[in-house]
Amino acid sequence: MVSTLFAILFYLATLMLVVGLLYRINTYARTPAPLKIPTTPAPTTQTGVVLRMAREVVFFESLFKANLWIWSMGWLFHASLALELARHLRYFTEPVWGWVALIQPFGMYAGLTMLIGLLGLWVRRLFVERIRYISTPSDHLMLVLLIGIALSGLTMTFVTHADVVGVKNFFISWMGFSSASLPADIILYFHLFGVASLMAIFPISKLLHAPGVFFSPSRNQTDNPREKRHIAKWASDLEN
Amino acid sequence: MADVVAPPYRVIPIIPALIPGSMEGLKPFVANDKINTAIGFPGELVEDWHDKAIAKMGELLSKYRSLKVYMDACVHCGACSDKCHYFIGTQDPKNMPVARQDLMRSVYRRYFTLPGKLFPKLVGARDLTKEVLDEWYSYFHQCSECRRCSVFCPYGIDTAEVTMAAREILDSIGYGQKYSNEIIGKVHRIGNNLGLPGPALRDTLEGLEEDVKDATGVDVRFPMDVKGAEVLLITPSADFFAEPHIDSLIGYAKVFHATGTSWTLSSMASEAGNFGMFIGNYDQLRQIALRIREVALELGVKRIVVGECGHAWRVAYSFWNTLTGVGDGADETDRFAQMLQKQLDHRYKQPMHICEFTWDAIERGALQFDKSKNDKHIITFHDSCNVARGSRMGDFAGGQFEIPRNIIKTVANNFYEMAPETTCEQTFCCGGGGGLLTDDLIDLRVKGALPRMEVLQQVVDEHGVNFMATICAICKAQFTKVLPIYGFDRRLVGGVHQLVSNAIILGDK
Ligand code: HEM
Ligand code: HEM
Ligand code: SF4
Ligand code: SF4
Repeated sequence: MVSTLFAILFYLATLMLVVGLLYRINTYARTPAPLKIPTTPAPTTQTGVVLRMAREVVFFESLFKANLWIWSMGWLFHASLALELARHLRYFTEPVWGWVALIQPFGMYAGLTMLIGLLGLWVRRLFVERIRYISTPSDHLMLVLLIGIALSGLTMTFVTHADVVGVKNFFISWMGFSSASLPADIILYFHLFGVASLMAIFPISKLLHAPGVFFSPSRNQTDNPREKRHIAKWASDLEN
Repeated sequence: MADVVAPPYRVIPIIPALIPGSMEGLKPFVANDKINTAIGFPGELVEDWHDKAIAKMGELLSKYRSLKVYMDACVHCGACSDKCHYFIGTQDPKNMPVARQDLMRSVYRRYFTLPGKLFPKLVGARDLTKEVLDEWYSYFHQCSECRRCSVFCPYGIDTAEVTMAAREILDSIGYGQKYSNEIIGKVHRIGNNLGLPGPALRDTLEGLEEDVKDATGVDVRFPMDVKGAEVLLITPSADFFAEPHIDSLIGYAKVFHATGTSWTLSSMASEAGNFGMFIGNYDQLRQIALRIREVALELGVKRIVVGECGHAWRVAYSFWNTLTGVGDGADETDRFAQMLQKQLDHRYKQPMHICEFTWDAIERGALQFDKSKNDKHIITFHDSCNVARGSRMGDFAGGQFEIPRNIIKTVANNFYEMAPETTCEQTFCCGGGGGLLTDDLIDLRVKGALPRMEVLQQVVDEHGVNFMATICAICKAQFTKVLPIYGFDRRLVGGVHQLVSNAIILGDK
């Protein structure tokens, strides 16, 4: 019963995540950028732009210039998140890919560092007057949700030792649209419910920053307006 | 004026505590019926403003990727929150870039996103009420569109884009700002922002020729409307008569003279400034820029050079090619742009900044200077926001910082930088950009100048700096006004070409 509910929940959440994200990305891609507005100094070549973007996504370059507290906590959180997600691939791959097996031990501690990062960000949000001022309830809830997922995950790893083989069986079958039972484990339920919620709200919340960063004209445009004429369709229509 | 006082310098430049509401209700004069209708906006706030505003917002969201992505992407991390000079100077939390964006984002969420429609309180979504609209009017006229916030945002969110969109929406429902809209009317009617008619301009230029002759004994010309000239100079109209702007105009003329360049000004396009950008209206931006195209075609010039003006250079460098075809690299089939691009000489950059022109000449060895003529000046350089973060000079990223400095160091002996976190891409706005250079906003302008004044004070104390060079007409006008309020001499600000003018050795070409 619970297994079936979770299976359905995850189909729905996956659907919302995938359809929602595709829809958003499609809108971003189709909305024209009529003017050249890279924040200069900006790269003058396409390769340069790719490098700039890579530095932003991998190192949070601009954030580093702005504020070391947000940068260190934010980067710690995201890097750990990336490791954590990679580590979780073992539930969805059979046999487990070599590199995924390799990072398993690091992944475990990434859960802890992720929690530290999240708490560091939340402390800032709660106690720095300016950040508290701009925070909406949803900003706090987003952190609470992620902290909840991390805490429940860590509990399973270090305290209750969840039946990871059972979890894996469940998700491998789930991917083949057949049913298997999910280990009865209240903390696991909590973890999974949190994850499904995160997936569902991803395309309608500020988590859109993840695809958004790639579409930001101030970061992804080449600084070559004099060398090449840049014109949007609706703007060139004005010329006729 | 008398009651305007400068805020105290921060002892250690820490982030100030919030004073909510400290700039609430500050409101530049609203444009009247006559001003608005002259440039095609509704005369006054229309009856169905709410629906019109939301519809306009939807339109802009579909036309500008920047706005669309910026509305969605912000995570409220607060990295930008202490980066705005208006926040630092006023301590009003709504002057934090993210809070300024949120004035619009809250409405965006309410009308254009699912969570905002279902749970407005949760995600900070608001209905567009008259109070919200008034708040927009107030705080979107406390942003100089300087882009400093966009340097620090991890997604490059540029509050300037949001401010422009907000002003565009306000204009579309008849709630525009008097200062900007009046000036735009003047450009269309007369040809420049200051409303100087052709004959007055010609008189001024003749007067200048006499002045320079008296001072140097050389016949330096200030030609206007010359068909077949090689270079068309487009410069801010303040250069024609405002102090200290005019000294830079003399500098350009001397450079053209010394390099033997045939050049001309235009009476019809006697304005480099383009307030269409400030109000975020593509159509105005384009119409104003098209005057330059027309004149270039009519006079048959080969090159277009732009004088010292920050936002004008951003428009020229970044937008002219798009708007008017002044540039290179248009498609073969693009008849509109090709028509002009075939005429221009592509051995040179099109358009070219006057600093690029002068620096080129210096590198070729075409100019000689007597540096000692500037020895009375101990100089620093204020990077203007639009040049620094919205344009480039030369062939490499960052040329906009090096070229003006190189020129200064070539023509003068004493040069000192201000604190590095306030120069180059991290420069602070003068406090008067983006359509805020009006007396009804003087209080804001003085407060917004605080971060620049603090670091200026440092170099004045340490090195005895007595000249802050800059390449923007708005910076020059703004500083002339606020420097005395901070206890400095108003003549402390001047142009780069003013220094060039002092030191250049004129041959008799
Ligand atoms: C391309 C991938 C991504 C990039 C470049 C990126 C970048 C950033 C940056 C620069 C920040 C601001 C600093 C900070 O608070 O950490 C941020 C915040 C945040 N990111 Fe991401 N992110 C990405 C993916 C994700 C994903 C997949 C999640 C999903 C869980 C996520 C969740 C968050 C949250 C919740 C915040 C706000 C933290 C706070 O409240 O202070 N990010 N992200
Ligand atoms: C359907 C997707 C997911 C499943 C089936 C799942 C399942 C699990 C399981 C079974 C554990 C316990 C591991 C052990 O005992 O060794 C765990 C741990 C953990 N999970 Fe998840 N999880 C999922 C998604 C996520 C997501 C999206 C996040 C992050 C936002 C996350 C964060 C964590 C953390 C931090 C731990 C503790 C550290 C570790 O052992 O890796 N999980 N998860
Ligand atoms: S663009 Fe400049 S003035 Fe406007 S919010 Fe950003 S930093 Fe402030
Ligand atoms: S830095 Fe960017 S993402 Fe962070 S609060 Fe400011 S605008 Fe939002």
